[in-house]
Amino acid sequence: MTSSHLTPGPAATNASRKNIGNLLRAGVTIAALFVLTGGILYLSQAPNTEQSSFSHFHGGSAAPRSLGTIFVRAAHGDAKALIQVGLLVLIATPVARVIIAFAEFTRAQDWIYVVISGTVLALLLLSFCLS
Amino acid sequence: MSIDPFVFFVFIGSLAAGALGSLTGLGDGVIIVPMLTLLLGVDLRYAIGASLVSVIATSSGAASAYVREGFTNVRIGMFLEMATTIGALVGAFLATMLNPNVIGLTFGAALIFSAAFSLRNTADESSDRDIAVHPWPGLRLYGTYPGPNGVPIAYTARRPALGFGLMGIAGVLSGLLGIGSGAVKVLAMDQCMRLPFKVSTTTSNFMIGVTAAAGAGVYLRKGYIDPVLSMPVVLGVLAGALLGARLLLRARTKLLRWLFVAVVGTMAIQMIAKSLRGNM
Repeated sequence: MTSSHLTPGPAATNASRKNIGNLLRAGVTIAALFVLTGGILYLSQAPNTEQSSFSHFHGGSAAPRSLGTIFVRAAHGDAKALIQVGLLVLIATPVARVIIAFAEFTRAQDWIYVVISGTVLALLLLSFCLS
Repeated sequence: MSIDPFVFFVFIGSLAAGALGSLTGLGDGVIIVPMLTLLLGVDLRYAIGASLVSVIATSSGAASAYVREGFTNVRIGMFLEMATTIGALVGAFLATMLNPNVIGLTFGAALIFSAAFSLRNTADESSDRDIAVHPWPGLRLYGTYPGPNGVPIAYTARRPALGFGLMGIAGVLSGLLGIGSGAVKVLAMDQCMRLPFKVSTTTSNFMIGVTAAAGAGVYLRKGYIDPVLSMPVVLGVLAGALLGARLLLRARTKLLRWLFVAVVGTMAIQMIAKSLRGNM
């Protein structure tokens, strides 16, 4: 079945480890770039005092929460939306890590861990759907 | 372009938090929330939202990701992640339902725990590491890691049920407080499941990001993650972590560890006091 029964699981080869490492760093870098761009745009546009708006929680904030709106606004250069895209990329990065593990378990036909990693993925998707 | 002073202070504070976290290896968000709520008057809910996304950034973005992968046990991590993810969902929902003062008290307790954790003697690689017997053999909760000469050293996980339970708690704390719960995770794997130290820390790191992502999903839908606040926090923490990594060579770890304890201890006292006064 799998190569060595003692390997810690998928990603035991240097190549796949390197790829995963690169993926993680790419995800964070891309996210940071979006956040930085949005941040610079925001700071250059809005002269105001932010502190007051953060001392009280208002549940429905001004920022949009539906995915479609976020991407459309970001494409139009909306600063807050750009930041939100960055945050979405950031959140997606560990999810991608799980997807890769799921794919590798599937390729190795390690069905128990296909189910386990699939469960984790399902839970992650659930977190985005519940409200 | 004028930089709002508030944004500037959030960035600087996050920079310091990221650097301290990276230098001490204890950077899973325990400092961000108190810094934002105690020093900068940010509402607790926005603070935990910003903190949680920054936790994803630091846990995923470390420079040695490639090396870590050689130690991370994906099977054990994924198995335990079932518990942490469920815990994170529970914790995140609790965060939306509990009185902020209750959350503040819990946070104070977590800070004290974190301080105590940082003072413990680092792992002994001794005893009961018999690798011949594998609990729950169907799950293959064992593996090898590269030893000093590159020779693989075998290990197996013990007490998987207890480890699973502890991970559930770690997940709840992560979702509730916006932290990474790395301390609980490492403790569970190192002390309870008797995994080698480097396997515990790297696998914990792998798990922190996934757990935080689960909590973040809930936070996003509840509007806890404000882009304007998260921006300087995420950027500051990342910059701080990079800075910390640069300074690591010249760092005096013992001094830093005590600095961490002092900072965290002070924050713990203040958070508990504020919560008892009903001011969170």
